[in-house]
Amino acid sequence: MQTTIQASSAQAARDDGAAGIRQLLTDYAHALDDDELESWPDFFTDDGVYRLTTRENVAAGLPVGIIHCDGRGMLCDRVAALRTANIFEPHCYTHVLGPCRIAAVGDGIWRVRTNFSVYRTFETGESQLYGVGKYLDVVHAQGGGLRFRERVAVLDSRCVDVLTVIPL
Amino acid sequence: MEAADVLVHWPSEGITRVPFQVFSDQEVYEREQQRIFRGPVWQFLCIEQDIPEPGDVVTSWMGETPVIVARDHDGQVHAMINRCAHKGALVALKSRDKVKNLTCVYHAWSYRLDGRLRSIAFQNGVNGKGGMPEDFDVDAHRLQPVRVQTFCGLVFGTLSDQTPPLDEFLGPRMSAFIERNFGRPLKVLGRHSQIIHNNWKLYAENVRDSYHATLLHTFYTTFKVNRLDMDGGIVLSDRKWHHISYSKRATFNLDKEYLTAEVHSAKYGAKHGESALEGPELLDAWDEFDDGITHSIQTVFPNVVFQFTLNSLAIRFFVPKGVDKTELKWTFLGYERDTPEQSRMRIMQSNLTGAAGLVALEDGCINEFVQRGTVGAGQRAAFIEMGGRVAESNESSRATETSVRGFWHGYRDIMGF
Repeated sequence: MQTTIQASSAQAARDDGAAGIRQLLTDYAHALDDDELESWPDFFTDDGVYRLTTRENVAAGLPVGIIHCDGRGMLCDRVAALRTANIFEPHCYTHVLGPCRIAAVGDGIWRVRTNFSVYRTFETGESQLYGVGKYLDVVHAQGGGLRFRERVAVLDSRCVDVLTVIPL
Repeated sequence: MEAADVLVHWPSEGITRVPFQVFSDQEVYEREQQRIFRGPVWQFLCIEQDIPEPGDVVTSWMGETPVIVARDHDGQVHAMINRCAHKGALVALKSRDKVKNLTCVYHAWSYRLDGRLRSIAFQNGVNGKGGMPEDFDVDAHRLQPVRVQTFCGLVFGTLSDQTPPLDEFLGPRMSAFIERNFGRPLKVLGRHSQIIHNNWKLYAENVRDSYHATLLHTFYTTFKVNRLDMDGGIVLSDRKWHHISYSKRATFNLDKEYLTAEVHSAKYGAKHGESALEGPELLDAWDEFDDGITHSIQTVFPNVVFQFTLNSLAIRFFVPKGVDKTELKWTFLGYERDTPEQSRMRIMQSNLTGAAGLVALEDGCINEFVQRGTVGAGQRAAFIEMGGRVAESNESSRATETSVRGFWHGYRDIMGF
C-alpha cells in the first residue's frame, strides 16, 4: 500500500514558497513514519545540517545535543548504521505536525518553525508519546526543489525514553 | 546483618553468580538506598562548572535522596538535602538556578547557601498573635548537610561520617586517571538524559563489561574504534569497586576470532568495504595524551562513569528512580583550552555515545532486556566466568568479566550479602 504521497515542491520557487515548504515538512514526516529512511538524506542539501537537541541545550547555547549530522555523508551513515550495525527493539513513529510559521530570508531561503509531537510504537503494542518540541528549519530552494539546509529538532524534555535510533 | 543474610541467599559460587532477585526486589532496593546511597560512599553530584559563580545552584541526587549543590558568596561549594527543615518540601525546584538564598515556597523558610536557616516567616506571629514558641531557635534548624569534597572539578558528596577521605576512597590509580582526564578547566558542550527501564545495577555491570562492548556494539568494531584485539587492559581499585578499561587504537590488528565468531560487524565491514563511513569526519581525532590510550571507561562506585572515546569526554551519571527505572544523565565536555577545531571534533564525536550514540545506543535497551528476561526468576542467577573466577586487574586482555565480578565483590561487601 502506498502511503506516502510525494508532490512536487518545485512550485515553491515560483510562489511565496509556503505551499512547497508545507509539502516538504509533510513529506519528511511521512518518510520517517513509513520507514523510508533511505530517503532521509535527500531532504537535505549536500551541506545540510541535522541536529536533535533539547530546549535546555538551546537555551544555554550548548552545541552538543543528541544527534549532530553535518553534511550528507553523516546523514547517510546514520541510516546505514541503524539498518546494519545498531541493535534495538523494532519500533515506528507517527509524527503530528502543528501549523508552521514561515519567514522569507530572501535568495530562495526561508526560516520555518513547526511544532511536533512524535508517538512511538513498539512491537509489544505499546504506543506512547515519545517526544514533543519544535523544528527550527532553514529551507533552501535548490535546483527544482526545496531542501533543508538546517533542521534542528528541539525536544522540550532533556530526557529520552530508552534510546533514539530513528531520527525525528 | 542477620536480616540481610536472610533477604538474599547468594549462591555459594560467590562473585561468579548474581541472583536475579537483586534486580527486582523492592526490599533489596530500599536497603541499597540505606547502605550505599546514604552509606559510607562518596557519590558524584555535579561538576564545579555547573556552579561556576556565587549563588549558582543545581539539584542532584544521592540515590533517591534529592540534593542541592550550591556555591556560596565566598565561593565555597556546599551540598545539602533538598528538603525543608519545616515540612519536608523540596526547597530547590529548578535543575539549575542562580539565587541569593534558598527559600522554600511553602512557608517561606529561608536558608543560606550553606544550608543554615536564616529566617522563617511569621516567627513572631502576625499582629502580635500566633508565631513560634518563644524558645524557637533559628540556629537549631537547617537543611541536612551533605559532606562535600571536590577533585579535579568533580563534586562528590556523602551522607555518612564514616566515609574515608575521597582520595582514599578512590585510591591512587583511580585518582591518577581522573587527573589525566579532568585535571584542567572543563567546558560543558551539552547535556541530555535517558530513562532506561532497568535496575541501576544492570547499568553498573554493563559499563564494567568489556566482554560485551565489541559484540553488542557493532559500530565500534566495524569502524575500529575499540576491539578486544587492540592493546588494552583493565585496572581494578583496591576494593574492586571502581575500574578503568582502556584500549589503544593504534595497535589495532584484525583477529580471526572476530571473523569466525560471526560478529555483526564482520559482515557489515565485508559488505561495505574497509571504511564504510561516508562522513568520516565523524571520527576525526587527535592524540590528546602521550600514553597511547584512545578509549577508556572509568567507573567510580556506585553510579558514575567517565568516558573518553577518542576525544569525546563525557560523564555518565545514572540515578536510580525505582527498582526497575534509572535515569542516565550525560554531560559532554571539552576543555577551556580547546581550539575551535578541537571543539568541532568533540562535537562530531558526541554522536558516538549518548541516547542516540552510534556506538553505544544499544545500552539503552540491553539492560531492559535483562530486566524483562529475569522477571519471576529471583531464585536463578547470572553466570559470570568469562576471564576466570576472580576479580583482579588484567592489563593483557579485555575478554573478561573481571570488573563485573569486582562490582559484585564490592556490592556484597557493603550490602552484607
